Amino acid sequence: MAGDSEVASGGSNKPALALHVPEPKYRPGDTADFSHIDIGEAGALSRPDEASAPADMSDFAYSLVRVLGEDNQAHGAWDPKLDADTLRTMLGNMALVRAFDERMFRGQRQGKTSFYMKCSGEEATSVAAGMALASDDMVFPSYRQQGILISRGYPLVDMINQIYSNKADKLKGRQLPIMYSARDYNFFSISGNLATQLPQAVGWSMASAIKGDTRIAATWVGEGSTAEGDFHSACTFATVYNAPVILNVVNNQWAISSFSGFAGSERTTFAARALGYGMAGLRVDGNDALAVFAAQQWAANRARSNGGPTLIEYFTYRAEGHSTSDDPSGYRSAQEQDEWPLGDPITRLKDHLIAIGEWDEDRQAAMDQDCADRVKAATKEAEKNGILGHGLHHPFRTMFEDVFEELPWHLKEQAEQATREREIKWPDEHPKDGAGK
Amino acid sequence: MSEPQMTQAPKAAGENAERRLNMIDAINDAMDIMLERDPDVIVMGEDVGYFGGVFRATAGLQEKHGKTRVFDTPISECGIIGVAVGMGAYGLRPVPEIQFADYIYPGLDQLVSEAARLRYRSATEFIAPMTVRSPFGGGIFGGQTHSQSPEAMFTHVSGLKTVIPATPYDAKGLLIAAIEDNDPVIFFEPKRIYNGPFSGYYDKPVEPWKKHKDSVVPEGYYRIPLGKARHVAQGEALTVLAYGTMVHVAEAVCANKGIDADILDLRTLVPLDIEAIEASVEKTGRCLIVHEATRTSGFGAELSALVTERCFYHLEAPVERVTGFDTPYPHSLEWAYFPGPVRIGEAIDKIMSE
Repeated sequence: MAGDSEVASGGSNKPALALHVPEPKYRPGDTADFSHIDIGEAGALSRPDEASAPADMSDFAYSLVRVLGEDNQAHGAWDPKLDADTLRTMLGNMALVRAFDERMFRGQRQGKTSFYMKCSGEEATSVAAGMALASDDMVFPSYRQQGILISRGYPLVDMINQIYSNKADKLKGRQLPIMYSARDYNFFSISGNLATQLPQAVGWSMASAIKGDTRIAATWVGEGSTAEGDFHSACTFATVYNAPVILNVVNNQWAISSFSGFAGSERTTFAARALGYGMAGLRVDGNDALAVFAAQQWAANRARSNGGPTLIEYFTYRAEGHSTSDDPSGYRSAQEQDEWPLGDPITRLKDHLIAIGEWDEDRQAAMDQDCADRVKAATKEAEKNGILGHGLHHPFRTMFEDVFEELPWHLKEQAEQATREREIKWPDEHPKDGAGK
Repeated sequence: MSEPQMTQAPKAAGENAERRLNMIDAINDAMDIMLERDPDVIVMGEDVGYFGGVFRATAGLQEKHGKTRVFDTPISECGIIGVAVGMGAYGLRPVPEIQFADYIYPGLDQLVSEAARLRYRSATEFIAPMTVRSPFGGGIFGGQTHSQSPEAMFTHVSGLKTVIPATPYDAKGLLIAAIEDNDPVIFFEPKRIYNGPFSGYYDKPVEPWKKHKDSVVPEGYYRIPLGKARHVAQGEALTVLAYGTMVHVAEAVCANKGIDADILDLRTLVPLDIEAIEASVEKTGRCLIVHEATRTSGFGAELSALVTERCFYHLEAPVERVTGFDTPYPHSLEWAYFPGPVRIGEAIDKIMSE
């Protein structure tokens, strides 16, 4: 459109302005090559004191904290030196998450529910990070942190009841599948709107500080939604009040079909967002469970000692589609996952455990089988309570409950209308008890 | 059938029964009392801490209750409401101030998608018991960014309560009830009447609150339940539904015209006192709705629809709405925009001629 530019510049000799629209390196059919990504060496970075001034540790926002090396050994100052039992628990939690995802994805395809989101390839960013927190620390998750719930021992059957929106769903069938809420597990209600949980986590941690409590808050957000104003509000409030909070950015490279360049990754890292606020920033290999654990633990120690908030970027890769409604073959190279230079988090932790003589392939196979069996059993149990669209839902009146603490007149009138409609639409169901069959 | 509460000079104990306050001081008193009574109440917002707020609503509260109970915030309405949601989830009862209602929009997603739905979406695991105070309405030459009346945007959202006081006595009692309420409440304060009731005759001297019967504000705790209208005047000829500043304007116009009006100050838009509205319209057969906000999809449209649906066979004339025009609030032409005595008088004449 050179002709247009000439017209637009009015014939002057000033250069025509040009808009840059980011474009990912690889599209479907392209050969992916990630050799341009500098991943550094495992163990290469020092571990700053948790009380460090953010300006004194700005390099950590641009490099990559890595512990597990190519030799499957843990290296350097960031090695959290976890005992073998803890490592096996971590591996088991990640394996259970993956088995759960596989089965729920299949369940959606079989018509048992409307929607599902896997976290394949990102399991460490929730499992290992969640395990580095105390169980009474409050987490404000995004929609891909099922690993935290599973690590905290939340019953699988309750997760599946929610996914099926059935009569045993603790959220009364109101929320899209996977938008869990688990107050008893210190797991905040997942919104579905993006990044809103960030200022909320900051507010919770401010409240904890106002009350002289000892509990901290942690929150997770995708790199794409760091573009939301909420992210910047959260960073501002977190630093202004030195809030005991951890802001975790899961940079999985893709926001549905938009690569991370549309959130600014062509210019800088997401961890570097911290520096402008005067916040500690860490950039971490998100597929290295030990590095993830170590970074979260560092930030938790800092927050607990009134050292202030930390922004952590977990550099990872979304190995599958955004959700069951997404087909990534339409916008990115299918080869990317295989070429991803930081591997798979489960494989890497498994290989580490084997390398230190604490695990073997037979035990791995038995564990995988056990995970699949547990998920299968929980699925069968949940299906007794119904699947989406098969009548085993919560009673109609519950649609109107909890909008307010008390039911105002206009909702009472609308609830009566819904009941009348039900008797016309589904005359075979019990007419008086308000419940579906 | 509920009996709308008659406003009367409250009989408080002791020598302070006749203490008279303007609306700002009554609002300050309510927050002071709630900060004292409930250690989970916190007050925050732009300039509300050391300085005490641009309208002085929080004057002295930080000094009295401490910097972690009453504090300034960054200029980020998204952040203010967002952290208030998190504080509510922790167990606090935040009272954030949005400096002008016109500034509330950056916080709208946190109000509409988060605070309003948290109880519902979490099936009561988490609630957002916040009271968002914000001065609203025009009449102070604030131009288009310091004059808006956005109440209808909030009444349209399921899960939010919207409260608008019209007198110092009500402001205190309603604010205490709002702070104690376990649902998020939008508390719009008609800033034109912070310092005195406004008759709408902008060229006449402003009367101070101390001359008004409803400026008697007893000391100590009292609450006015949300969802109950106030009967400003008993009459037979015409029902007037209004709230905030427009209660006083409508009252003055009816008095000047000698109309025997039944005037309801709605006080709370959601939940609405529908019984009081029905009882009044069934009595008078005529209904005038007055608000300062823009007309199209304003709360008057909802009121008009409700009255028509529920009282149609009692009506002797079409329901009339008097509102602001569907333009931004102009600066120099403020009094041409404001739904004052001329517009209200014309509407009354029309209704009464039917």
